[in-house]
This record gives sequence, C-alpha cells and structure tokens, in this order.
Amino acid sequence: MFARVATWWTILKIALEERLVYRGDFALGTLMRFLPIVTQIFLWAAIFEGMNGDARDTSGTIRNYSYHDFVAYYLLTMISRAFSSMPALASGIGLQVRNGEIKKFLIQPIDMTGFLLLSRIAHKLAYYSVATLPFAFVFFVCRNYFNDGWPDPITLLAFASSLVMGFLLGFFLESCIGLISFWFLEVSSLLFVYMLFSFFLSGHMFPLDMLPEPWRTIVEWLPLQYLAYFPSAVFLGKIEGMALVKGLLIEALWILFFIFLSRVLWRRGINRYSGFGG
Amino acid sequence: MSSPHRTSYSTVFWTIVRNSLVRDMSFRSNFLIECISSMSWVLMNLGFYLLIFQYTTEIGATTTDGTGWGKYQFFVFLATTMLINSVVQAFFMPNAQEFSELIRSGNLDFALLKPIDTQFLISIHRVEWSSLANFGVGMILLIVSLIELTTRSQNPLTIHPIAFFLYPFYLACGVTILYSLMISLAATSIWLGRNQTLYNFWFYITNFSRYPMEIYSGTFGQPLRNFFTFIIPVLIVINVPARLLAKPLQPWNSSSSQLAAFAIVATLGSLLASRLIFQRALASYRSASS
Repeated sequence: MFARVATWWTILKIALEERLVYRGDFALGTLMRFLPIVTQIFLWAAIFEGMNGDARDTSGTIRNYSYHDFVAYYLLTMISRAFSSMPALASGIGLQVRNGEIKKFLIQPIDMTGFLLLSRIAHKLAYYSVATLPFAFVFFVCRNYFNDGWPDPITLLAFASSLVMGFLLGFFLESCIGLISFWFLEVSSLLFVYMLFSFFLSGHMFPLDMLPEPWRTIVEWLPLQYLAYFPSAVFLGKIEGMALVKGLLIEALWILFFIFLSRVLWRRGINRYSGFGG
Repeated sequence: MSSPHRTSYSTVFWTIVRNSLVRDMSFRSNFLIECISSMSWVLMNLGFYLLIFQYTTEIGATTTDGTGWGKYQFFVFLATTMLINSVVQAFFMPNAQEFSELIRSGNLDFALLKPIDTQFLISIHRVEWSSLANFGVGMILLIVSLIELTTRSQNPLTIHPIAFFLYPFYLACGVTILYSLMISLAATSIWLGRNQTLYNFWFYITNFSRYPMEIYSGTFGQPLRNFFTFIIPVLIVINVPARLLAKPLQPWNSSSSQLAAFAIVATLGSLLASRLIFQRALASYRSASS
C-alpha cells in the first residue's frame, strides 16, 4: 500500500514539475483565452438591444437569462472547461497504441488509466496554481455581471462538486474515445466528431436553455452538458432543488458508466493488441 | 520560361495550384473528410445564429440609429466571413504555419536560394483545396440571403449593379489585409524563434473581425473599434463588403462610404507594412542548420 502511494506521489510530482516550466507563457496564454469573451459581451448587448428595439436598452430576458447572466455564463463556462477539458488525452492514447508505446503499461506494474488520471490531476493542479491569478483578475474586473453576487453555500457546494465530477466525466469519456484506437488505430476523425458535438451540445457556445424542444430534453440526458453548461447554470441558480439533485445523479451515473466502459475497453483492447519490435 | 533571368510568377502560381489539386485528389476520401469537417464547423456557427434569431429580429437596434442587422442581412455578413476565411485558409494559412517551421528547422535556406521572390514562394507554396468547400457554403448562403432580402414583401432591398463589382473587389481587399496580418505574424517567428502562440494570436485577433462593427460601442467599445479599424484594420475586412450588399443606399458623403474609401488605403498600407516587416525579419534570419 505504502509503495503504491509513493508511486502515485512520484507520478504527481513529475507531472507537476513538467507543467511549471513555462509559467509566464502559461499565465499570458490563460489571460488571452478570455479575449473571445470581450466580443461576446458586445455581441449579446447588441442582441438584447435588437430584441428591445432600442440601442440603449439591454433589459429583458431570453429564457430567463438577462444580458448580465449571459456574460456571467460565458465566464463561468471558462471555469467548467478548465476542469472538464482534456487536451491531448484521447489523441495521446491513440498515438501510444499506434506507435507501440502502450507496451510499457503491459510490462510495468502500473495501470495505464491510473497513471493517466494522476498525471492529469497533476496537470490540472499545476494549471490552477498558475491560472488562478488571471482568472481572479478577470472575474474581479467583470464582477458587475454577477447580479446576485455569491450564491448560497449549498449552491456553491453543488457547483464545486459538479466541477470535480466534470473533471472525472471529461477524463473517462475521453479515455474511452482514446481506447477505441485499439480497434481503429486512427481516432482523429472520431475525435473530431466528438469535439464538434461537444462544442455545440456542452453549452460552450450558448446556454443550453436556449435550445428548442425536443433538443432541450435530449441534451439534458446526454453527458456532454456536464462539461460546460451544468456547473455554470448551477452557479447562476438556474438549476435548483430536485432538478439539481437529479442532474448531479445523472452525472454520477454517467461517470460510473464511463469508468466501467474504459475498463472493458482496456481489457478487450489489450487482448487484441499485438506489439512487435523493441 | 522566356529568359533565364525572368521568373514568370503566374506560371509558378498556376503550377502550384495544379500540383496541390493533384496531390489532394490522390487521397480522395481524406479530401472529402476534410471538406466535410471544415464545413460542419461553419454550419454549426450558422446554427448558433439561427438560434439567436429565434429570440430577436435583429442584432443591434435599427429604430434608434439604423445600426441593426436583421436576420438575412446578418447572414450576408456571415456568408462574407465564410468567403474571405475560406480563401485565406486555402491559400495562406497552411503556408504561414509551415513558414514558422521552415525557420525553426533551418529549411528556409532552400527557399532563399530559389530564383524567385521569397515572400511570394513561401506565401503560396501549397494550396489547401479542401478549405474552399466553405467558399461554396458561403456562396449558397449569400445567394439565399440576397434572394430573401430583395424579394421580401416589406421594404425589399434594391442593390445597385455596381455593388456586384465592388463586392468581389472588397473581398479581395479583405483577403489582402488578413494575408498581410498573417505573414507579419509568421515573420515575427524569425525573431522569436517559436510560433506556438501564432495560431492562437491569429484566432484571437480575427475573432474581433467576425462581428458587425456597430456592436463595439460605448466607453470600451469605441476605442476597441478604433483600434481594430485604424491600427490593425481587421474590422474592415468583412464589414465593408458585407455592408455593401446588405445595407446599400448610402450617399457618397456618408460614414460607410468614407469607410469604403479608407478600406483601400488600409489594404495598401497593410500590404506595404507586411512587406517591410517580412524583409526586416528575413534580414535577421540566421540559418538553424549546420
């Protein structure tokens, strides 16, 4: 048991150090990522003005979202995505399967998913340690868009757990896509389709409440909404009470499903896998 | 070739265009997948705006100061974005990315040795035909929107025939401005030695150009609008041609006509500036190999 914890700790430390090499570039890059929100602020102002027919009037709501809610929503999705996005996870697994590097997990006494999960946690921790400052800065500058201020502790707790679960869901979902490369070798086109749907249906582009029925209900049962929409909507108090409990429950079920699926894919995958050469 | 010391640029250009097409066509299914994938992003973006127009009749308010964009007017704008971006992506994007790689690896030496203008060669060294799929999507959207605008029962749009000549001209201006910006950004990698952020930077700057310029108003919007009109003129790229078709009937002394005149100046200015930057950068190039 102790040896295992020591292994985990080492993996965590290596990944953390690897990530902190270029902190300056990293912080600047994080700040730049908020630039598209600047255009969203102006775009949504123009949409609300168009809706009201008055260039100085941004009042009113679209599906219960005021103009300020929209801006706050886009800012919050940046946080959701900071937890749920897994750059290069699926394509990394695919690459390892293709070039045979995956062999090392068959020889070494480390579980691949466990190893990747730990490195990913380390990457995220390193990311937050650097990104917190630019995030705090942007949110402070934009604090006026949060009309209701901080939500109550229960909502905040639900928000925090939806972020952590969003991380787990994102990780296991993308791992599964990566593991499919045992069968297809090249998963980049599959990944592309996934990214396409994820961008539109995760709520990265707009609050999913805007979708007309039956799409709204369909999206509610899909796992994608937990990657961006759900935590943000929870923070803004758009999902409360039973709906919140139901949402978190469905999310937990999706996580369990993808953990199970990733185990099955891994077992089946290494059974068909054959590595050649050194 | 006519004489050994004169390079026929058009011959070189057409040879490159043809070779790229031959190359793309030898991997036909890959080509098809690339077409579909670039088209699906664009269609998704269209879906986003279709959704927005479920809730509002226009972006910006026309009644107060005539700055709003109705649904099909905005789709003309969107179509213009597609047309310009697809051309830039097909002809210049892959080359600008490769240019930075050439600098890093030292392979730029080979381009410098060729008896042809280096900027010309590295700018259109390869053409990505699949990106032109969006040109088709843009054309269809443009035609549909224009038919809708000109045949609507209330206040139908009349487009002056001259607009149909000016539109392609300003499309070309827009492409030129974006090209200048891109090649300048790529050239800076000679000094910086790396370009990882090049694509990001490009994306963040051009992101501002994808919306009607009227939306940038108010205390923060106006300076932003001035900056991206006069300093880095990306706001002109799509706004001028799109306005020409979607919002005609502007008298000569109006602000939009002045903007159109300024667009020509801005195009020439950016082309000149990019040429200067490119040559300056090239002068400080030190090969990376051996």
